[in-house]
Amino acid sequence: MSWLTKSLGSSLGKKLLMSLTGLFLISFLLVHCTLNALVFLQDGGETFNKAAEFMATNPVIRTMEIVLFLGLIVHMVDGLRLHFENKSKRPVAYAVINGKNSTWYSRSMGLLGTLLLLFLVMHLSHFWFNARIAGTIPEQMTMFEKMKEVFVSPIPVIVYVIGCGSLAYHLMHGFQSAFQTIGWNHPKYMPTIKCIGNIYAIVVSLVFAAMPIAFHLNLIK
Amino acid sequence: MEGNLNLTLKIWRQKNANEAGKFETYQVSGISEDMSFLEMIDVLNNRLIEEGDDPVAFDHDCREGICGMCSMYINGSPHGPNKGVTTCQLHMRSFSNGETITIEPWRAGAFPVIKDLVVNRSSFDRIIAAGGFVSVNTGNAQDANNIPIPKEDADEAFAAAACIGCGACVAACKNASAMLFTSAKVSQLALLPQGQVERAKRAQAMVAQMDEEGFGACTNTGACEAECPKGISIENIARMNREYFSAVFAAK
Repeated sequence: MSWLTKSLGSSLGKKLLMSLTGLFLISFLLVHCTLNALVFLQDGGETFNKAAEFMATNPVIRTMEIVLFLGLIVHMVDGLRLHFENKSKRPVAYAVINGKNSTWYSRSMGLLGTLLLLFLVMHLSHFWFNARIAGTIPEQMTMFEKMKEVFVSPIPVIVYVIGCGSLAYHLMHGFQSAFQTIGWNHPKYMPTIKCIGNIYAIVVSLVFAAMPIAFHLNLIK
Repeated sequence: MEGNLNLTLKIWRQKNANEAGKFETYQVSGISEDMSFLEMIDVLNNRLIEEGDDPVAFDHDCREGICGMCSMYINGSPHGPNKGVTTCQLHMRSFSNGETITIEPWRAGAFPVIKDLVVNRSSFDRIIAAGGFVSVNTGNAQDANNIPIPKEDADEAFAAAACIGCGACVAACKNASAMLFTSAKVSQLALLPQGQVERAKRAQAMVAQMDEEGFGACTNTGACEAECPKGISIENIARMNREYFSAVFAAK
């Protein structure tokens, strides 16, 4: 197994880990976003609560939850490690930098990821931690009602919208970058991958951002 | 060849690898628009020598864009503002009268400064050397038609082989990564029949040497591709990743 740790510890291996965990997290976000969008059905959260109940009790989903956290931790630790290692490779900084040769968000994945992490701490403490660990959400309170309660105050709404903005830019680069890293750069398919990545990043982030805003403005019945 | 450009130059001066460097400001006047950037530095250096000062040290050799020696980081871009040219082919008509131009050496831990704008790029040589040999038959050259190569493959291999090893990719990369260089060198052989025998070994050895030299990892920003004077594509980086991972996972 030493060949595996050695290869995954190389510069290319660390990138492969970022790419694979990133694609896994992207697949999770699609499920999360689709299920949460059920709140927009205007049925008092009935369908959404059923879905939330299923996600909270199904043993396959609960097992995947552990895998999800492992994936998230690998993505975070590996990302931070790469960020600091990469920074150390240029001991003397340039006086002038022309930023036109690449997009600002592709150069700021570490910063965007850190913003996402800060958002995630608040997000998990609102919902996941209270529901699964602390049990501080009362028995009769549904996830729909909990969402309503959280987004009464404007502060979480602002933090969530900033979180979604970071997510959009993180994904706009991350989606296509993941394919490039695993070697899937083909002149025929890469433009499509980039296009799907941008659409995915913008749509998912907008749908997520719409939830706290809509709840706050009392648009969801 | 009296010209009409008067410029302010902010140039990085550093005595040697061990001493700290700093920017010095120089005025040059009467620069012709038809001069290359290096000729403009020659004008400055002639004056510095006449005045008894130390001329600005910089790398240069062919001055026709094929040797890969010139290496100036001009106004925040390797080889200056124009696309697809090296510093020696950058002309002063790309600048305007009265402009201030900041000139820095390539900045990377793996490219230590030797003096002023000259950096040591022998880490690139060691990456190439790590690639090892290519097995070919000795004796008379065989008939060219014995090894059919699709035109597309030949073109792609040639496009990768256009890399002159100047290091602009490392200079442009926020991580000082040498992925574009290394991937071009891996690709030019991986694409051709002659490179097949040592293919897996070569990819692993060159990546290992690249890491050993202290270059960063890739963030896929594409800055290297945008600044490369030879237009090397980051498709080569994807190919190197494929070569490396398939070598690692398939090796017995």
